[in-house]
Amino acid sequence: MSSATTTPDRRPDTTTDTRTAPRSPIAALLGKPEVGALIGAIAICVLFLSVAPAFRGLANVGTILYQSSAIGIMAVPVALLMIGGEFDLSAGVAVTSSALAASMLAWEFNFNVWVGILLALAISLAVGFANGWLLYRTRLPSFLVTLGTYFVLQGANLAVPRLIDDNVTSPKIDDMAGFDSAHAVFASSHTFFKSDSFEGITINISVLFWVLLTVVAAVVLTRTRAGNWIFAAGGDAEAARASGVPVVRTKIGLFLFVGFAAWLLGMHTLLNFATVQSNQGVGNEFIYIIAAVVGGCLLTGGFGSVIGASIGALIYGMTNLGITYAGWNVDWLKTFLGIMLVLATLINMWVRRQAERR
Amino acid sequence: MSAARGSSSEERAYRDHEEPKNVEPEADSEHDATDSVIRLEGVGKTYGTVRALTGIDLSVQAGEVTCVLGDNGAGKSTLIKIMAGLHEHTSGTMLVSGKARKFGSPREAVEAGIATVYQDLALAPLMSVWRNFFLANEIRKGPLRLLDADRMKRITRDELAKMGIDLPDVDRPVGSLSGGQRQCVAIARAIYFGAKVLILDEPTAALGVKQSGVVLKYVARAAESGLGVVFITHNPHHAFLVGDHFVILKLGQMALDASRDEITVEQLTEQMAGGDELAELRHEMHEAD
Repeated sequence: MSSATTTPDRRPDTTTDTRTAPRSPIAALLGKPEVGALIGAIAICVLFLSVAPAFRGLANVGTILYQSSAIGIMAVPVALLMIGGEFDLSAGVAVTSSALAASMLAWEFNFNVWVGILLALAISLAVGFANGWLLYRTRLPSFLVTLGTYFVLQGANLAVPRLIDDNVTSPKIDDMAGFDSAHAVFASSHTFFKSDSFEGITINISVLFWVLLTVVAAVVLTRTRAGNWIFAAGGDAEAARASGVPVVRTKIGLFLFVGFAAWLLGMHTLLNFATVQSNQGVGNEFIYIIAAVVGGCLLTGGFGSVIGASIGALIYGMTNLGITYAGWNVDWLKTFLGIMLVLATLINMWVRRQAERR
Repeated sequence: MSAARGSSSEERAYRDHEEPKNVEPEADSEHDATDSVIRLEGVGKTYGTVRALTGIDLSVQAGEVTCVLGDNGAGKSTLIKIMAGLHEHTSGTMLVSGKARKFGSPREAVEAGIATVYQDLALAPLMSVWRNFFLANEIRKGPLRLLDADRMKRITRDELAKMGIDLPDVDRPVGSLSGGQRQCVAIARAIYFGAKVLILDEPTAALGVKQSGVVLKYVARAAESGLGVVFITHNPHHAFLVGDHFVILKLGQMALDASRDEITVEQLTEQMAGGDELAELRHEMHEAD
């Protein structure tokens, strides 16, 4: 008690704490996780618009969006999973596994293609569930569990086609029953604004999938109870559990969503080319993670944005084609991505600190 | 008295371990089980071969603050975790509103009206104040069951204002609030969601003098509004400011069980520091001079 008289209380009174003053609109904007990615996307767009003449061609918009969708369809669930505090390193090969499962099953048993597609969905969801369940049962970090799944799937992707068909490419299924209708659903494309003087913008249906997934996931994350639980499970799993959030169910749900998206992209890949190669998809898991991180997701979970991840995927698509259009050696793509990852992380960190300071 | 009780329930702990179905006789508890919201009778907890708690008898009355004191490792956390549903007790009975219960999950405890505010507050630091406030109790509207963010923000602001915290921006991440404010958000949340019992785990441990005062004020206010409050602390002065009933834990057993009129703050401090041990310590310090 005597100390109270000798040292005046310097602590601000909680009731008149100036730190709780409303944030300025600029700070609120900068506090949004996707802002850094948006600035990055604009910068990259300007860069390639100025150095690559082909980038300016409107017809290439379709190609850029297509490239982006191939990453974005997976970047969206991977971002949700990261916000929920977990990784999935098996996300890249899981796409190929799903495509191989659909084609091998349909081919081997002479099913209608649709039967193969539905069986592949069951398998993809089972892989997602297995990841989530193993995580819960073993309490190992998801990095380890999904690294294991990654190698199991990659091995199976090579071994099973070899065992059945002695090949590393799945048999062509474009003459099988149900292929045409499945192709229309998963891999058709439409050309817009076509005229005599303009070849038109060709949009693949995968772009529609990507946009739909982004919108649905963004609404779920920010506007539903499940989204609140995802943020909480990733931000502080113990706190979430103590508050009554079913953390295990939430995380298994996220892995199931990754499984679903892997199936969707796998079906697109399969039906677009009628065949898949065993070694496809290896390494893509990192590109999904890069897209999510560039989009503002924290590696530690609890913070991030689905829209940001989709902007990250768009950045990837623009870079991938921009390098080609600019006439640079495409071998530099990964180097470029690596630099961008670190830069984006630094920018995101800086932006967040600015937002907190205001 | 408490020592004798301790040893008998130790034996009981072993028996219960072999026969988990064993139900305690409830005859003697029936007459006053009705007015205590939570009543522990001979409750113990073993982790493998470690006995963390033995023979705890505790009764939490509505409108009263029950203080549980003890040094680090005395078993305070284990006791909270049993009442909060994070751990199941391995012996004895826990009566909640007169019924013997064993909680399998924190959710069950919350549904039974027991809200716990942990030392680490169970708040996700990167989430906004209102999202934390309504975590696992979200208000939804419309056919799509979307979050009613406006209403939740308004309620959060109002409830915090009732506790004397003026927080114009409930969109702010909880991590940017001061320790006392965070504590109050957690307490306000527990009260708002209809808790009958509020368990506070060291709410003043990491706070300065003034903020501790603010939090203690809300502890008293919560009890006045009819809640049964369990206030866990290692600070006898804080406990004596608000407590109606005092329990001291030592090495997993009850070392003291007294009501406010039976004890003074000096005695409480002395007991807390372990009376004899303190005298010995004083002696040793003199020796050192």
